[in-house]
This record gives sequence, structure tokens and C-alpha cells, in this order.
Amino acid sequence: MTKAERPTAPNSRHNEATHPHSPVVEFGADKPLQLDSGVQLSPFRIAYQSYGTLNADKSNAILICHALTGDQHVANEHPVTGKPGWWELLVGPGKPIDTDHYFVLCSNVIGGCLGSTGPASINPATGKPYALDLPVITIADMVRAQAMLVDHFGIDQLFAVVGGSMGGMQVLEWASSHSDRVFSAVALATGARHSSQNIAFHEVGRQAIMADPKWNNGRYLDAGALPRKGLSVARMAAHITYLSEAALHRKFGRNLQDRQSVTFGFDADFQIESYLRHQGTTFVDRFDANSYLYMTRAMDYFDLAAEHNGRLADAFAGTKTRFCIVSFTSDWLFPTSESRTVAHALNAAGAFVSFVEIESDRGHDSFLLDEPEMFSAINGFIRSAARARGLAI
Amino acid sequence: MSVNSHPRVDFTVIASLVEPGSRVLDVGCGDGELLELLQTTKAVDGRGVELSQKGVNESVARGLSVIQGDADSDLKYYPDSGFDYVILSQTLQATRNPKYVLTELLRIGGKAIVSFPNFGHWRVRASLAVNGRMPVTLDLPYSWYDTPNIHFCTINDFVDVTKEIGAHIEAAVALNAMGERLAFNMPWGFWNLFGQQAVFLLRR
Repeated sequence: MTKAERPTAPNSRHNEATHPHSPVVEFGADKPLQLDSGVQLSPFRIAYQSYGTLNADKSNAILICHALTGDQHVANEHPVTGKPGWWELLVGPGKPIDTDHYFVLCSNVIGGCLGSTGPASINPATGKPYALDLPVITIADMVRAQAMLVDHFGIDQLFAVVGGSMGGMQVLEWASSHSDRVFSAVALATGARHSSQNIAFHEVGRQAIMADPKWNNGRYLDAGALPRKGLSVARMAAHITYLSEAALHRKFGRNLQDRQSVTFGFDADFQIESYLRHQGTTFVDRFDANSYLYMTRAMDYFDLAAEHNGRLADAFAGTKTRFCIVSFTSDWLFPTSESRTVAHALNAAGAFVSFVEIESDRGHDSFLLDEPEMFSAINGFIRSAARARGLAI
Repeated sequence: MSVNSHPRVDFTVIASLVEPGSRVLDVGCGDGELLELLQTTKAVDGRGVELSQKGVNESVARGLSVIQGDADSDLKYYPDSGFDYVILSQTLQATRNPKYVLTELLRIGGKAIVSFPNFGHWRVRASLAVNGRMPVTLDLPYSWYDTPNIHFCTINDFVDVTKEIGAHIEAAVALNAMGERLAFNMPWGFWNLFGQQAVFLLRR
């Protein structure tokens, strides 16, 4: 059965996987998670963070869905890095997602590494980490698990489901497969499928991890030496796709790192090299390499139209959910055309949909950054949805 | 809120043609002023399409359901008869293919409401006749080379195109330069000379 606990293990990524600084809900043998791969995951657990207060009729809950390398620490200090929550610009008291008015919930996705069942969790059958023995997880599996967490709180319908990138995929999946449980949906910098180019970048990342000898066919936790180099390179490659050429050039140009001229060697001469190496090495401290394989696979497999005979509009047939779709001009990972496809499909389904393209040169990561136009769009959308829902905000 | 404290006069006319509680699509909805007016005064279920990012963002910030899109290329994504009314206010002259757009309006909505500046107005005619140059007036402030209004028409031209696409004119209103309605029983030729703006209610 379910129980909540707040463990107090010392801070480290591996400990966060098994002893997270988050409340945990355990789902026992009586509540297995049915996976798209056909197998059942049981037992499993979900680590989450919550902010604000659930109202009496449980109508003010907002579920935040995190991105590929995100986690449940939306608006609190991160237990490993000590940095502020990843969406404190959007979520908090007086923010567009106002925790004075809404009960905000975010859970670590299944397959993640911050406390929900993932490849670094202990497999009860062996007493060792799952590693690659964990079944492949899909976006729909993540959402199915989240729905069980929402059930655990006794919430019938979420006032809003909000997320960007992989989180946006979960938002669309929620709105498609649990339509009556989603009053409004905000999907940022995302698409209804992963493009060939996106799969290609993910494959580069996976191959970098698997090429690291320390990866050890996924059993590195048993061996006690992490595939740091492989995961770091995967992160470096992916990080480029989150930025734009313009933003990179504005920030780094061809500037040299702590030196007057190039060294005619392969040290990090350029600031951009130094920056990427830093991104890679710090990422390794907070993320599990196998989890990265599972997360990227989940995104690659996502294709909402394919689940509905190739007609995306059918994924939203009869929906009463109010949608807000947001894209960014310089996002080449999930370009505006992907969002527009979703908006057109929602139109064709007769849905209540807003679609905003925000002018920004900061690339895919714009949805995580200080973008006032994005905040004002989300704010306006959430407020009008609250009026429609009869929430006194 | 809008910079105008009073709704644009053609908005008031358009609102008077809309049945309360109906489903409305506003194509070229700008900053959402008309949609907001229709929601407030007619309790419509309103949606909008707007080309400019600024307009879309302002509309969404008002809490309206508006998507970024182009009348010329994006109307095909809307299902048949999805709306009771499709509104095209002051946008027809800026479309690349006005006849196609009008056809699409009547496919998507049972009725279409179209408002446009009348290029047959005497002031426009006088400007061209006297100055020999493309008219630039207070209401049509653009020069020929920078105008978004690439397909001006007159009231007579518009009446002709409604016949070509097989649309029925259910109601029509012409407004003079003061924003006053012209008498409804005058012939098209009179409206064409003295109407500065026209609003047509069409049905299939």
C-alpha cells in the first residue's frame, strides 16, 4: 500500500534515486503500473514535491510535468546542486502559477533518477539496481503513473497540466488519454512527435554513454565506477540543441578562455568549449546515465498521431480541455511548425486553443528562462481558465 | 485593455449582427478587442486567428482563445460548419486571395460577417482624381509601397464577388465618415459613394 516518507540520506545523485529528499508514494503489488511494452511494473514508487494548498473540492490542482533532465524540484532548492528550483520564475507566490491560489504538484517521472522508480532503483527481484532490466518506459507510461499519484491525492480533475519539451509531450498525452481529467493544458516548446533529427541527436547521446567502458552494459552501479565521460559528452551534444546559434554567439562568440591566444593544442581554448565541458561534468553529478537512456527513448517513441491512425486531430476528438500552446522563434529542436501542427489539429477537433509564438533568440531553453511575453500569455490563459472553472482567484 | 475607450464603430455593427451564445471565429482578430466585446455583450464561444505575434500575445493575455495563423493558408485546417459565424473585420483587403478566403469563411461558418473599407468612397475617388496618386487618407494611411492592403475593393465589387461565390447577403450596413449608418433603402451606388466602411452578413 501507499505510505509517505521523508528520508534524510546525505546528498548525492545515487542517494536521491534510492533515498530522495522528497515525499514518496509506494504502489504495491495491488497497484501495478501497466506499461506500453506490455509488462507490468510492480512494485513502483513516485517521488514528488508539492506547493500550496489543495482546496476543499480539490479543484485547484496544477500538475507540472518536467523535461528530459528535469525533476520534481520545481520551486525549491535542489537537494544535489543547491540551486533554486528550475521553474521558480513561473511557479511560486504571486507568480503566473501562483502557489497562494493553486496546489502545485510535480513528480519525478517513472524511469527518472530523483526518487521515482528508474534504472538506478533497487530491483526487488535481485536486490541490485535495475539498470537495463527496467522495462522501456514511454511518455504514456509516465502519464499513467502520474494519474495514479493524482488518484492518491483524491483529485478527479486537474485544473491544469503544464510542461515544456518532454514535459509538454506529457501534457499532450494527458490531454489525449485522460481528457476528462484535464481542465486546461499548457504545452511549451514541444511537439506531438519526436522528429527524425531529434531522434538522431538522442542516439548520439546514447552511443556516447554506451561507448564509455565504465558503462559496463549498464551495470556500473554494481561496479562502483560511473560512466562520467560518456554521460558528460551526451549532455554536451544535447546542450547545443537547447540553445540557438545567435544566443551562443552573443554569449561566447569566438572568445578565448583565460588566455590571450590559441594554444595549438586540444585544451579548451574557446569559452564555448569550457562552458560545454562544465555543463557536461556538472550534469553527471545530478543525473544517472541509464536514466538518460530511458528518458531519451521515451521521447523518441512519442508519436501521438501514430496512436490515432495518423490523424492527430483524432487524439483530441471531443475534448473539452482548454489548450495553450507556446513556441519560440529560435527553438530549432521543437520549431514553431511542430506547435502549429498541434494547434491545427486542436482546431480541427474543435478544441478551445490558444497558440502563441514568442520572439526569443535563446533557443529551446527559452521556456525555462525569463521571457515576459511567455509569462503574460500563461498568466492570461490561467486566469481565464480559472474564471471558466469557477475558481475564485 | 484597448487604447480606445469606445469600441470601434464597425465592431458595434458586427456585434449587432451576432446572435447571443453562438460560436464565433474571428479571422484577423488583432488584439482581441472585438472578441472580448462579443464575449462580454453576447456571451459567445469565441475563437480567433491573428497573423501578428503581438496581436496574438495580447489576445491570449486577455484570456481569449486565439492562435497565430494566416487567413490565406490556415483556414483549411478548420472543419466544415465548426462555427455559427466567421468574422473577417478589416482584413479582407489584406488577404492574398480574397475570393478563396470568402469561400472558406462560408465553409467554416454557417454565416460570415465581413467588414471592409470601401475603396469607392467619394473621398478616395476624389483623392485619385484630383491628385493623380494612390489615395492616402486618415483611414487608409499607408503609401502604395508599404501597405498591407493589397486587395482593396468597393462595395459594388464586393456585391459582385458574393454572387460569384454563390453567397446570399442577409444584411448589409454602410457607415459614412462620421461612423453613422447610411439609410438601408438607398441603392448600392449611393452606398458605394458615401459609405466609408461596409459590413456584410453573408450566408451560404
